[in-house]
Amino acid sequence: MSNHPLVQLTLMRMREFIREPEALFWSMIFPIALAAGLGIAFRNRPPEVLKVAAVTPQLAEALRQEKLLDVTQLSPQLAEEFVRTGKVALVAAEAAEPAGGVVYRYDDTNPEGRQARMLADQAIQRASGRKDAISGSDQIMREPGSRYIDFLIPGLIGMGIMGNSIWGPGFSIVDARRKKLLKRIVATPMPKHDYLLSFLLWRMILLPVDVGIPLAFGAWVFGVPLRGSFAALVGTCVLATLAFSAGGLLIASRVRTIEAASGLMNLTMVPMWILSGVFFSSQRFPDLVQPVIKALPLTAVIDALRANMLQGAGFAQMAPQAAVLGAWLVVCFGLALRLFRWR
Amino acid sequence: MPGKAALRVRNLRKTYKDVVAVNGIDLEILSGECFGLLGPNGAGKTTTIEICEGLTEADSGEVHVLGLRWNSDAPTLRQKLGIQLQETQLAEKLTVFETLSLFRSFFRQGPGAEEALRMVQLEEKRNARVGALSGGQKQRLALACALVGDPELLFLDEPTTGLDPQARRQLWDLIEEFKAAGRTILLTTHYMEEAERLCGRVAIMDHGKIIAQGTPRELIASIGVEHVVEFSAAATTNDRVLDLAGIGAMAGVRDVRTENGSVLLHVTELHKAVPGLLDELGRQGIPLTELRTHSATLEDVFVHLTGRHLRDE
Repeated sequence: MSNHPLVQLTLMRMREFIREPEALFWSMIFPIALAAGLGIAFRNRPPEVLKVAAVTPQLAEALRQEKLLDVTQLSPQLAEEFVRTGKVALVAAEAAEPAGGVVYRYDDTNPEGRQARMLADQAIQRASGRKDAISGSDQIMREPGSRYIDFLIPGLIGMGIMGNSIWGPGFSIVDARRKKLLKRIVATPMPKHDYLLSFLLWRMILLPVDVGIPLAFGAWVFGVPLRGSFAALVGTCVLATLAFSAGGLLIASRVRTIEAASGLMNLTMVPMWILSGVFFSSQRFPDLVQPVIKALPLTAVIDALRANMLQGAGFAQMAPQAAVLGAWLVVCFGLALRLFRWR
Repeated sequence: MPGKAALRVRNLRKTYKDVVAVNGIDLEILSGECFGLLGPNGAGKTTTIEICEGLTEADSGEVHVLGLRWNSDAPTLRQKLGIQLQETQLAEKLTVFETLSLFRSFFRQGPGAEEALRMVQLEEKRNARVGALSGGQKQRLALACALVGDPELLFLDEPTTGLDPQARRQLWDLIEEFKAAGRTILLTTHYMEEAERLCGRVAIMDHGKIIAQGTPRELIASIGVEHVVEFSAAATTNDRVLDLAGIGAMAGVRDVRTENGSVLLHVTELHKAVPGLLDELGRQGIPLTELRTHSATLEDVFVHLTGRHLRDE
């Protein structure tokens, strides 16, 4: 059994991988660091308190009725300086006679300034006796499943599958071709399909790590939900790995240098990072290009993973995305077999 | 089965774009012999051996390997051949033993990885990474990879190129052992000492053609000289000029050439030529500064046939 070429070739993949510390870092630590960084940057913060200044005790008192404002009373000169340097978002001052009333000094191109203007005016109007025409009450929504991190984790998983599946086989093959190892190995009776299959098998062995790490990290640290069928989730990841690995084989089928391979891989992956909705929804692109975006393999994986994890989709709801991935697998693998050069 | 043809090549041709790499060659290698393809870089040796190995397709001509043909019997042939290519870099991160286990897994039968290690005397490097081996050790590992299928025919393409003299001799010893064990070997080389020492028969290639073929002894005898005398004379002192014609006219001298300030004579009888040369130089009044003689080699055969040295290019 251990003398089967497929076993030996897969062992070679494993040995080359674990003896390359950089590979370990990029494929395992990096996705976690990215998820953690973005998760922290886009975490849901408690509503922010805005700093404002008032030039009279009466105005300061009126503004303090609003809990979202942090009010300081300052001399007119100092208040002017604070608003200009951004230490406060707004200054409330009494208007000159004869018009009277209140003057708000703020930068209307700054969202904080506009928000401070609304809150300050509302507080002063109420303090001056305005009654609300209709009463409103708040219901706060901060459910897991609708936060940015919930959106992000499936995107990162999809991106990880794509990156690992394309770089891994692609680089190994181009490197072996460059070193004439590929030529040496086809000078033996080795079955050629075993050579190509060993890449797929090795990706399958790594899949629990590739997907498991960001998934477990998201679930454990941020409570990202896993609402759908787990079998469908695994199935999607397996299909995606096969489709992207076939893409990696196709990219590497004739290239002779690492530089050319890097170029081709970036050309393939960078547009998908942007278009397929890893970091923001692909719905933001014009309707005209939506059919193209939907046909991209990365869009299919990410849409399927989001539907599964966040909306609880099972096999049936993920069928369109599975069909897209299956089509890419068949086309890329077929072309790779046809175009592959063993020397 | 000594005497049976292990490899037969007829009228082989191969052209790359505008370069004729192999220009109509015929070869016959008998079972049990070690045959050498000798020639300078670019002579077409590697193209020829790679066509025989089934890695390159010929434009025309016939190749029979162990009585089989590549277009109909490739899978069978692959099991029976041991191949070492020029400039293969094996996976650097694998150990020697892992590399051999990998190659062994491709063949139905043959010695185990341990046995192959022993055959090339790399036992002490069993668990070393391939990347940490010296040039000679890498070459021996490549040889072991060619042996794990217990091949009926062994192809070695420039097995010692780039090695230091000690590593080269070590590899020669190994190849001589395989020879003694009755293996059939085709090797290419541009080192004439290598061909002379290892090969029962040699074909000399130049510009895609075989320009001479036979045992080293036959080839050397064919140029009609047994010895080469090389000397330098201080020709510029007191305005005397060495008279080459006079030297060429001496008895037993077949050829006179000058090279890098030295004079080379191809002679048949050393014991007559050297005293004759000393007399002639004395007569011309030119002092001798350097004198060397050696028995004719395959290098001299190549020079005789082409006017160039094997390692000129």
